[in-house]
Amino acid sequence: MAAPAAQHHLVLILARDFASRLATPVFLVDVRGAVIYFNEAAERVLGRPFVEGAGMEADEWGRLFAPTDDEGDPVGFTELPLGVAIIERHPDHRMLRIRSVDGTERRIEVTAFPLFAHEDECLGAIAIFWETPED
Amino acid sequence: MRARIWGCRGSIAAPGPETIRYGGNTSCVEVRGDDGEVIVLDAGTGARPLGNALMREPVSRVDLLLTHLHVDHLEGLGMFGPIWSADTELHIWGPPSPVASLDERIATYFSPPLFPVHLSEVPARVSFHDAPRQPWTIGSVTLSAHPILHPGATVGYRLESGGRTLAYVTDHEPALGTDLDAVGTSWISGYALAHDADVLIHDCQYTQEEYAAHVGWGHPSVAHVAAFARRADVDRLVMFHHHPEHADDDLDAMRGSVLADWPVAADRCIVAAEGAEIEV
Repeated sequence: MAAPAAQHHLVLILARDFASRLATPVFLVDVRGAVIYFNEAAERVLGRPFVEGAGMEADEWGRLFAPTDDEGDPVGFTELPLGVAIIERHPDHRMLRIRSVDGTERRIEVTAFPLFAHEDECLGAIAIFWETPED
Repeated sequence: MRARIWGCRGSIAAPGPETIRYGGNTSCVEVRGDDGEVIVLDAGTGARPLGNALMREPVSRVDLLLTHLHVDHLEGLGMFGPIWSADTELHIWGPPSPVASLDERIATYFSPPLFPVHLSEVPARVSFHDAPRQPWTIGSVTLSAHPILHPGATVGYRLESGGRTLAYVTDHEPALGTDLDAVGTSWISGYALAHDADVLIHDCQYTQEEYAAHVGWGHPSVAHVAAFARRADVDRLVMFHHHPEHADDDLDAMRGSVLADWPVAADRCIVAAEGAEIEV
């Protein structure tokens, strides 16, 4: 009997495919918060190509993009919309400041929601975000 | 493990002289495990003659695995002989849904006004099971079910027994929005079911030209089937779920197209035909 083959769940396959067609930045993580995919629009905001970001764990991309609130206080993973979506299993939205890989600070709004294949099976979460002007 | 094709037509039954070689009944495949288990894949109109054959044996337990509940995969259930016998223990497996139970969804079809008898009134001892997320066993056969790309809740099945593997992946559009040759195998719908299978029974509904007008309908083109078989590294491919408008000669031509894109020995790619027996 052959060993089980690694294959992403169909929900993630479809989520990635959907994201790859959007002009809006999308960031897709697994249930641990590790990067599964981000699209070209996200690459432009984050300053890093997906091929270099695939598989980054949550603490790694958290350090890299250094999210803060408007007062400059760090926002930990559990407070990020993606963290809330994964840990608390509900949608979340907030404004953040992040630092692109080239050092540019960007103010973004992020909406994230968990991806459930079944009511009791969360596969990860997806975030859509966009740059927003200063108040 | 042996498989016998009782129906391999897609969408709607298509009897007639132009389909006499490959048959006009809709999806139904009988699988016999090494210990004699009776596993039926889908209950299209091919389930009627299969049911008649089973009643002649007879068998006491039948496991029916439904890939999804589109009518062409379900319409034979009402004429499936064993369901009308109190001696039958019938286990029906199918894709889970967050909306309604499997029996409720089947009864949408199997009840008035679409059918004269309600599903709950059949004599057989019927039990319903959501296809498990983890592998499970029926006698000597280990089964896996995974959701696959087709409109609505749909699964494919992988059956393993005695070191041999049969994959049943019909009603499947793996290349929707995806270049099957460019993407990693972990991103291909159905790959976990089909990889290294000794026999892959796979949807082959459209020619390349037809597919262009049916993107998103849930079925592949011949080129997609060839690419999927190649990426999954299957041994033998059985082209299945024939378009109802495709005559026998059309299917022969489609087989040529698949072999052109998947250049293997000709006996590794066959067109499913009613009555065909496949030793897995």
